Amino acid sequence: MEIFVQQLINGITLGSIYGLIAIGYTMVYGIIGMINFAHGDVFMVGAFLALIAFLALVAIGVTAVPLALFLVLLIAMALTSLYGWTVERLAYRPLRHSFRLAPLISAIGMSIVLQNYVQIAQGARVKPLPPLIQGGYTLIDNDVFIVRLSNVQILVVVTTLALMAVFSWVIARTRLGRDMRACEQDLKMASLVGVDVDRTISLTFVIGAALAAVAGIMTLLYYGVIDFYIGFVAGVKAFTAAVLGGIGSLPGAMLGGLLIGLIETFWSAYFSSEYKDVAAFSILIIVLIFLPTGILGRPEIEKV
Amino acid sequence: MSRAAHPGKRPLDILAALKSAVLAALVAFGLFSLLIGLRTDQGPTGALVLTERFGELGAFVAVAFVGVFLRELLLRDKRIDIVRFVPPVVTAAARRIIPFVGPALLVFALVVPVMFFHNRYLLDLSIQILTYVMLGWGLNIVVGLAGLLDLGYVAFYAVGAYSYALLAQNFGLGFWICLPLAGILAAFWGVLLGFPVLRLRGDYLAIVTLAFGEIIRLVLTNWQSFTGGPNGISGIARPSFFGLPFTDGEGGFAATFGLEFTPTHRVVFLYYLILALALVTNIVTVRLRRLPIGRAWEALREDEIACRTLGINTTNTKLTAFAIGAMFGGFAGSFFATRQGFISPESFVFGESALVLAIVVLGGMGSQIGVAVAAAVMLGGFEFFREFQQYRMLVFGFAMVGIMIWRPRGLVATRMPSVFLKERKIVAAEFVAEGRG
Repeated sequence: MEIFVQQLINGITLGSIYGLIAIGYTMVYGIIGMINFAHGDVFMVGAFLALIAFLALVAIGVTAVPLALFLVLLIAMALTSLYGWTVERLAYRPLRHSFRLAPLISAIGMSIVLQNYVQIAQGARVKPLPPLIQGGYTLIDNDVFIVRLSNVQILVVVTTLALMAVFSWVIARTRLGRDMRACEQDLKMASLVGVDVDRTISLTFVIGAALAAVAGIMTLLYYGVIDFYIGFVAGVKAFTAAVLGGIGSLPGAMLGGLLIGLIETFWSAYFSSEYKDVAAFSILIIVLIFLPTGILGRPEIEKV
Repeated sequence: MSRAAHPGKRPLDILAALKSAVLAALVAFGLFSLLIGLRTDQGPTGALVLTERFGELGAFVAVAFVGVFLRELLLRDKRIDIVRFVPPVVTAAARRIIPFVGPALLVFALVVPVMFFHNRYLLDLSIQILTYVMLGWGLNIVVGLAGLLDLGYVAFYAVGAYSYALLAQNFGLGFWICLPLAGILAAFWGVLLGFPVLRLRGDYLAIVTLAFGEIIRLVLTNWQSFTGGPNGISGIARPSFFGLPFTDGEGGFAATFGLEFTPTHRVVFLYYLILALALVTNIVTVRLRRLPIGRAWEALREDEIACRTLGINTTNTKLTAFAIGAMFGGFAGSFFATRQGFISPESFVFGESALVLAIVVLGGMGSQIGVAVAAAVMLGGFEFFREFQQYRMLVFGFAMVGIMIWRPRGLVATRMPSVFLKERKIVAAEFVAEGRG
């Protein structure tokens, strides 16, 4: 029971991080129907930007942790968005009318570029960061097993919930959100009724990258260590989450993220931690066989 | 270029170009400020310390500024037309040469071991190139002909390699018995994966194959008692010349044929072995393209809905493409195992799948010659830039993006139809929807 509660807490934390990355996949897929393979690496870039920004802030004398974290959040989100924007502008926009597989292959190329760029610029070794937020609450303590809820976990979940609320509001209530929903339904029609399609797509990438940056910061705080390769596995898992929840659906991305996080932590706890990735990927295959549109996805209508 | 020579073009707009260049410089500054301008290193205490690299940052920003400025100034209104750089005479001549490229390359491939008998390094490189040519041709069936994006092709390569290694080690079977078995096992895995997932749309299929490739690699890494885990399998049996081992002394290949013993004999044998395997792949592909199944693949690639309307069983068609592609991957895998004598999961990472896919795409999906040339260019390039090992993957990634933008149809951008009425005509890439045949 205690193990179950502890794993539930860990799984929700991990799932929140996956969910934030998954939103980037699901939005891009919803609007232009491509798998942004480089998104996982944008998340990795976000984590690195956060790490360097934090060290730079400490170097210039900003040592109060809450203030530093807030600034790191702003800097990392802004710069990672710039990466998202640039990737779209350079590698995807010229291919908008190319053949079907072109954007995906270009995205794989971009993913390789980002990974190796960070490896060359920052070195291949893992980057540790001492825990910035310490402490937490002991929920259950019965001499045998202690169930803890750490402050980092609270921060991760609360930030994710807050961002989800803001984001849902943007999609449902603002002009930009309306443009995005219009583009999702029909790109050509949206452009005919005066939606600036290029700008909307760019902003989709910017928002996705900003959320990925937040996920990067969370990873940095939660695990305390990052390297240039974290983007690949996190990216594939987040995409799995997006597909699981129903690609194109925002609540679906969050739900899928939580499910993948829970599956992974429970599998590690009760079966074997070596095979946790195998479990996550197998779930992807099984879900696609039985629920090709995911849990909350809409069935796709084929048009000739 | 003077304005008089191009009356239709706008005058040089330096101000606009300057504006774009400043914008680009600002973006570059934002992108590179933290990641290039500062470097994190582990300090003496274990904590990270920052090193300033503002010089490099300045250089990057300057390059962005100058690059965009020149591009806006010179290429904006096609002031310098780089697309039409090749004069028509050359393209016409190239078109006449194209039919002879294949045979010429084949003859060259056949005489390589004779010409470079004493250059072990070059022979090894050629074997490696031919392995990738074979993998490229195998993947070409799946991606180029049937239009199914497979991001986990390396899984079948791994299945083939481990099949041979495990069969040879546990049952003492020879290479020639294991080769077909490895191919069959890989094809079996292809069907096993393909059966449930081939109903999926292109992109989903890509991700599922990627996940499958990762699953295979993770299982190979973690199932220590069966696969040897991360340490892999070593001491895999070397191939013999139809029963004659390549060893010094009595009963060996050299002694039987009255030759002086040299280890190069084995390398040359391996070279011809992979050449033969690759040619078999090629011949099978070319023949299959003329069969109903091959036509169905290409039709499927161009329009799946039309295929279904015409009564083609799309699932079975995809499945055969998947299985045959996987089978050749398995053959290549068992060759890889026997050549290396040692395999580990390290050799079957996603990067390998991406490399083979890049070879197929760069070669021009569906073009056999293009894939062969692309494999040679890619691996030759990797060898040539060995000193810049750090940067070559970066260049590789940019090349994938660049090819998609400037030459999405690959090196061989024309199409040779497999069915024709009176004469065989080359079809330009613009008239083909997806890949090419």
